Amino acid sequence: MDLIWEGIKEALRLLFTLDREVLSITALSLALSGLATLASLVMGVGLGLVLALNRFPGKRLVISLVNTGMGLPPVVVGLFVSILLWRNGPLGMLHLLYTPMAIVIAQTVIATPIIAGLSLAALQQLPPDLRLQILTLGATRRQMVWVLIKEARLPLLAAVMAGFGGVISEVGASIMVGGNIKGSTRVLTTATVMETSKGNFDIAIALSVILLVLAFAVNAALTHLQQRRRPR
Amino acid sequence: MKTLGSTLLEAKDLSVRRGGVLALELPEFNLRAGEILGLIGPNGAGKSTLLLCLAGLLPPAKGELVFAGQGLVSARNLAAYRRRVTLVFQEPLLLDTTVEENISVGLRLRGVENSERKRRVAENAQRFGLAHLLTRPARELSGGEAQRTTLARACALEPQILLLDEPFSSLDPPTREALLQDLGRVLRETRCTAVFATHDLMEALHLADTLAFLRDGRVIQSGPVGEVVNHPMDEFVATFVGMETLLGGQVRQCAQGTFTLAVGDQEIIGIGEVEPGQELTVGVRPENVTLALHQDGESSARNSFPGQVTRITSRGPFFKVELDCGFFLSAYVTAPSKEELDLREGRQVFASFKATAVHLIRK
Repeated sequence: MDLIWEGIKEALRLLFTLDREVLSITALSLALSGLATLASLVMGVGLGLVLALNRFPGKRLVISLVNTGMGLPPVVVGLFVSILLWRNGPLGMLHLLYTPMAIVIAQTVIATPIIAGLSLAALQQLPPDLRLQILTLGATRRQMVWVLIKEARLPLLAAVMAGFGGVISEVGASIMVGGNIKGSTRVLTTATVMETSKGNFDIAIALSVILLVLAFAVNAALTHLQQRRRPR
Repeated sequence: MKTLGSTLLEAKDLSVRRGGVLALELPEFNLRAGEILGLIGPNGAGKSTLLLCLAGLLPPAKGELVFAGQGLVSARNLAAYRRRVTLVFQEPLLLDTTVEENISVGLRLRGVENSERKRRVAENAQRFGLAHLLTRPARELSGGEAQRTTLARACALEPQILLLDEPFSSLDPPTREALLQDLGRVLRETRCTAVFATHDLMEALHLADTLAFLRDGRVIQSGPVGEVVNHPMDEFVATFVGMETLLGGQVRQCAQGTFTLAVGDQEIIGIGEVEPGQELTVGVRPENVTLALHQDGESSARNSFPGQVTRITSRGPFFKVELDCGFFLSAYVTAPSKEELDLREGRQVFASFKATAVHLIRK
């Protein structure tokens, strides 16, 4: 029991004294996962729009693939991104393995299908004739797409937060492609794994608390949005 | 009857496909400036397809729409055209924002300047009784208010052609009646050209100058309201315009514009130029048939038949009485008349209708 108690006390001290290392790890986590989410937002919402607005042969297959991708195991992504970025791999000449950029790439691969799948669902729940209605109010195709995005803004926001929640909390891919290098690719999850294996429970708990707070903040915001949206 | 302007929108040999199936074939279509055209027909007749096509949202597989002398095949002309017409759907399809923002959305898309936009929003909110609801979120509106908002949104665009796809069919009768009155007034005030689809003849009669009957993707009859309603082309149109009694027979004799038609063992006198021996169908509206307990010698009705009541059904403010007079005949009576005549199934009555109430149906 003492172990946990001491750990929590130390964790609180680290948090409230704004420990330099803890802060920098948190900042890096937020930056990398934020960047990955931003990239996934562009690609995921784009893919969602393409799937929602067009009819083409094989569309069902693509949707199934996207939905499967929503549950892509981070270690599998880590493995494939590692192979791609390996020194003599196909993208080895970019020298990205074990850099923060590698983490952003892996997390983007993880978050894009999540955001694409949820965006598609968000756009498909709009009334089918709404597109035609917007066009007949004089919209160009581009304006129509923009109005649709605004109309589905709450579930789209939820999609973005789900994507962010997915990548900020994953460890497998980050550790494989980032390598948990101090001051470079050490993020909240990889640091927690390391500190725990070293027996430094106080730091591990401090990092976990931060991670939990972030996860809670994302979920609270999601819940708030979902509850605000009343049925028509 | 108002006078209509020159042709605003026309098409020749138009055909439209939906989901790979031929949904509409229109050898000819002509809409004049200021005209209000009612499209009538059952579900699946092609009304919505025609409206989507007229709105520039569904490209024709064959043929071309011509608006004010300009063909609409080129993407540029079509884009310009789409900003001159607008379509109101059966469902309100409002955006998740306030009533005011919903009314102004089309104006924003066009980049209409602020003060002009505000003026048009205020004007149309006033017209459709929405002035007190402008700040209300659209999702909190009742069905009637939501449909008023869509009409205000469409009218704010000051379209040259307003297209309406059964805009009232999901509303309850009092709301529908009120909205119908308001829309009729706005259409008269703005002298807007309009095409609206409905399967309710009363709506069409209230608003339209001309009617077009659609069935299976074809127009089977079109023309001024009075002409279509009184001279239905075939039995389908006749039943749709409320001619519940349709009688087929052979012409016995004709003289001075009247004719006698043998229907079963009975003879019906009607007015019209026909040939003796000709087989034809005539229609009688139930509201033109009067019922009495005794044969009235004074009556000007030239057709009078004894008959037996076979069925009575309530039609809200009146009753529909079905009779066997040697042929089927249906009549409408008010509740007091039903009491007075003591109408019930099996009762013997006399049914009469004028020769002018016998409508020739051209096949």
